[in-house]
Amino acid sequence: MAEPLAAAGNAGAAPAPELLTTADGRPLRAALAKAQTRARRRAFLLVVPLLVFVLLTFLVPIGYMLQRSFQHDGFSSAAPALDAWFAANPKFDPANPPEEAYAALVDDLKRMQGDRTTGIAGTRINYTVPGTVSLFKSGARDAETLTPPFKQGLVATNPRWAEPKIWLAMAAASHNTTPEFYYVAADYKLTDNGWERGAPNERIYLYLFAKTFLVSGIITFICLILAFPVAHLLATLPMSRASLLMILVLLPFWTSLLVRTSAWIALLQEQGVVNNMLVKIGLVADGNRLAMMYNMTGTIVAMTHVLLPFMILPLYSVMRTIPVSYTRAARSLGATSWTTFRRVYLPQTLPGIAAGSLLVFILAVGYYITPALVGGADGQLISNLISFHMAKSNWSLAAALAGMLLVAILVLYWIYDKLIGIDRLKLG
Amino acid sequence: MTAAATAANDAAFVEFDHVQKSYDGVSLVVKDLNLKIGKGEFLTMLGPSGSGKTTCLMMLAGFETATHGEIRLDGRNINDVPPHKRGIGMVFQNYALFPHMSVGENLAFPLEVRGMGKDEREAKIKRALDMVQMGQFANRRPAQLSGGQQQRIALARALVFDPKLVLMDEPLGALDKQLREHMQFEIKHLHESLGITVVYVTHDQGEALTMSDRIAVFNDGRIQQLASPADLYERPENSFVAQFIGENNKLPGTIEKLEGDKALVRLATGEMIDATAVNIREKGQQTLVSIRPERVEFKPSMMPPGAHTIDAEVTEVIYMGDILRAVLRVAGSNGFVMKMRNTLGQTRLSPGQTIKIGWDPLDARALDPM
Amino acid sequence: MKKVLTITTALTLLASAAHADLTVMSWGGAYGEAQTNAFVKPFMEKTGVKTVMVDSDNPATPIKAMVESGNVTVDVASVEYADAIRLCDEGILEPIDPASLPAGSDGTAAKDDFLKGAVTECGVSTDIWANVFAYDTTKFKGDNAPKTVADFFDLKKFPGKRGLKKGAKAVLELALMADGVPAKDVYTTLSTPEGVDRAFKKLDTIKKDVVWWEAGAQAPQLLADGEVSMTTAYNGRIFAAAINEGKPFAIVWDGQIYENEMFVIPKGAPNMKEAKDFVAFATSTDGLRASAQQISYGPARKSAMLKPLIFKDGKTEMGPHLPTSPDNMKNALETSSTFWVDHDAELNERFQAWLSQ
Repeated sequence: MAEPLAAAGNAGAAPAPELLTTADGRPLRAALAKAQTRARRRAFLLVVPLLVFVLLTFLVPIGYMLQRSFQHDGFSSAAPALDAWFAANPKFDPANPPEEAYAALVDDLKRMQGDRTTGIAGTRINYTVPGTVSLFKSGARDAETLTPPFKQGLVATNPRWAEPKIWLAMAAASHNTTPEFYYVAADYKLTDNGWERGAPNERIYLYLFAKTFLVSGIITFICLILAFPVAHLLATLPMSRASLLMILVLLPFWTSLLVRTSAWIALLQEQGVVNNMLVKIGLVADGNRLAMMYNMTGTIVAMTHVLLPFMILPLYSVMRTIPVSYTRAARSLGATSWTTFRRVYLPQTLPGIAAGSLLVFILAVGYYITPALVGGADGQLISNLISFHMAKSNWSLAAALAGMLLVAILVLYWIYDKLIGIDRLKLG
Repeated sequence: MTAAATAANDAAFVEFDHVQKSYDGVSLVVKDLNLKIGKGEFLTMLGPSGSGKTTCLMMLAGFETATHGEIRLDGRNINDVPPHKRGIGMVFQNYALFPHMSVGENLAFPLEVRGMGKDEREAKIKRALDMVQMGQFANRRPAQLSGGQQQRIALARALVFDPKLVLMDEPLGALDKQLREHMQFEIKHLHESLGITVVYVTHDQGEALTMSDRIAVFNDGRIQQLASPADLYERPENSFVAQFIGENNKLPGTIEKLEGDKALVRLATGEMIDATAVNIREKGQQTLVSIRPERVEFKPSMMPPGAHTIDAEVTEVIYMGDILRAVLRVAGSNGFVMKMRNTLGQTRLSPGQTIKIGWDPLDARALDPM
Repeated sequence: MKKVLTITTALTLLASAAHADLTVMSWGGAYGEAQTNAFVKPFMEKTGVKTVMVDSDNPATPIKAMVESGNVTVDVASVEYADAIRLCDEGILEPIDPASLPAGSDGTAAKDDFLKGAVTECGVSTDIWANVFAYDTTKFKGDNAPKTVADFFDLKKFPGKRGLKKGAKAVLELALMADGVPAKDVYTTLSTPEGVDRAFKKLDTIKKDVVWWEAGAQAPQLLADGEVSMTTAYNGRIFAAAINEGKPFAIVWDGQIYENEMFVIPKGAPNMKEAKDFVAFATSTDGLRASAQQISYGPARKSAMLKPLIFKDGKTEMGPHLPTSPDNMKNALETSSTFWVDHDAELNERFQAWLSQ
């Protein structure tokens, strides 16, 4: 029995046949391609609307965002004289810029006052050296009255004009393209000696990235632990009862995210339902109520609830396709129920576990509204800071942070592809 | 119960003792099953789907619990023994080869969970694979094998840990006809050479007849008859078995006369025929007389002396190569089949012709009317 | 979520802009309602210009986006003082000529009638609101009630959780004043690294007992739920809860941090003339009085304070409830927009880092 099949396999590896032609002498390959062109074109036309949609609503905004993360012309467009001077003197000494540099600066300050661009230029420098918006505004007001030597005059109005870091910042900002937002996003600060790691009590972004990934990992793990038995039950119950349970699983999808999050607040806050109950049955003293809301616990509980269906559905879709005979076979072969689960059932659910985990993890990493509402002091994630900078119109820093997040997720995706294989991704 | 009558020796290897099974607490899927299977026996559970045969197999394997009664293996009650401690090999209809393991790993699995050393394991795997002529395939994944090859591996895996009892749940159901017949011989051969006890479940009577030492015919949660293939075919004990096994002609009538097991039956059209009484008790009872098509004769010389004959009209003659198949109209109803060997000089019947047919009364079995 | 909000806002805007002659964007809630009653409805009645009020989480963000994308659908927006300055510097806003604003009811010219700083290059004050702290009068009574800003940080004498706005602004100032820094020195202190450290050190003393809030409506809710015994809040929210809903809340005015709320006109507003008329109408003496009778935010014109202001319930005297009342101004700090424009990002990063420690 095996032999004919093996032989057939060998036949497939036989030397390639001669180039075949159609009856009228055209190469077969070309004729086939021509015959299929029409069908392909029609298939492509069907995809075009989606392609355009994805391009417009997804790729273009992301591209735009990434561009903003390293492009900002707020200063360079407002200060042409300085741009020119920095371009001509790339190796100037920031600790002691020459008189021409100050002349160019005063020239630009006057122009800014006329063009009403002090705010934009100052804000751009303020991104790397805090406290410079007012410096530029007062500088622009005073510029009219200054006479040479400008260096002395300008520094007399405000000694900060002599600070090397301000000159470093202006030199960097004279280019439209800059990696500075990524430096800031990596907790570096511009000092008089150039970019240096910030003081420990000023570092926030890398810490928040790490924390975001850690919390997302915890949430993913909890979701997996909770979802696995539920998905298994769904996959093994008779259809009628399974669909009832499925409705319960999907119920959270049918209520607004805000409503669900608020419900958790009502449940878990100090004067909430759970604490009241614990106090009533005497498990917890009234003055010693549990803090389950406005902290990391609250964030994890609420986000786990919100994201649970995203774990259950891929798991369920994979488990549904695993016949019961595999576990029965393992049991009949002498495996205990634990060995059966570990060595036979679990490995077969891996594509579902991987897909669910990837989905939940990526969603958790970017989650914004739930941690904002229930996170309190220590439940903040990186997306909350991105949102903060968006609100404060520092789009470039927000974009740099989002860009870093995007890269991190792509790396994750790549690892997933290497470990599991993207073709095995089963999302539902 | 007929099972008791043909029971194997007293030291039965597998024994079902008054076993009942209900899934819903309302109806019984298995009703009072008593069955003894001898050591080294090849026993087939045959029956239509829903007859309870697979449930019995699953109870024996430990995947279902008996609602009532005892199941004994080698004299020991195994009702409360979990499946993995029963030491029973099992082959499933869809093979159930673990898709994430290679063939070798699949075979190593039962040995690993028994804590067997690596060298011993490899020796056993090699022996098992050679046994099913799959020696070179240890490193393949199940998905890279054909259905027949997977079936062999499943067989090897069920045998690799030397179980005394092997259960097979319609193992050949997914194979095409030719491969199926080939595998039937291989399984039978393995059974004989290894001396293991096999309980085989199928709904294919041909498969059951070819392979089994004994066949238990299931219907409606009961064993209808437990007998060797020959007995089952030639001496069915009730109408269900007669209908279910092989091709069968049935003639409804009433018992006109009953002497011992010799019965005279009056058909609906008033004709009389001879039959052997099987499970009828008294005169005047309704009966179905069952006659195998190949035992019907139409040449007076071939009939036993004194046999009753009845008139039959040929409606159709089908040429089937080795045999000729005549469809007759007998006692007012169509569809009575007579098979004739296609021998040199065999009389060729033609449609419309009227003949007289008869049989040895031993071949006509008067059974319950169903 | 944010995106959804933006999209819905945009859709609302599209829908309303199609019919309206003038679109005003404000903060929603009790405040938006007060502005609708005080400004929008009377303006429509007087001029016949169809005016629509739309809500935003923070109007400064959408109008900046609108002007930058060249698709302005809002004519007038209510923004914080610092944003009015910053957006003006960035060229997002239309300058407003102070001479175009009406004189006070007593005939004083607008530039003299308005309080200092209430009219800027691109914005006109609609009201003065304050960050104050409030407590639950059922928990602290009579002599045991908190009276000074330092009491907010005194967990021994006044036990219970504290509500604080999650953000550096107004929180760092509060901490410094509670630590004994006089109001006039707060911003010079906060401009030094030592001053910032001092503020965070003071906050450290209550950090573990703080419940942080973000939206203005959360503060009175936390107090009402009993989640906190004291919380900082916008004074109008506490007033609304105490007067309208009869909640047992009281405000401590010591150490209040007040600032002007500004009407601004985005550059390229589709109905520029009506927008300017509306701003002039709303910030007139009568306009500001009408607003102060709706919600307890003070008018920025001296002339508006000449006659007593009565709340819309017809009996509550507004004077004691306004940040601008002399009694409430004894130890008060005006938010420095210059300081926050310079240090907002820096101090908020530091604040987030501190929160996470």
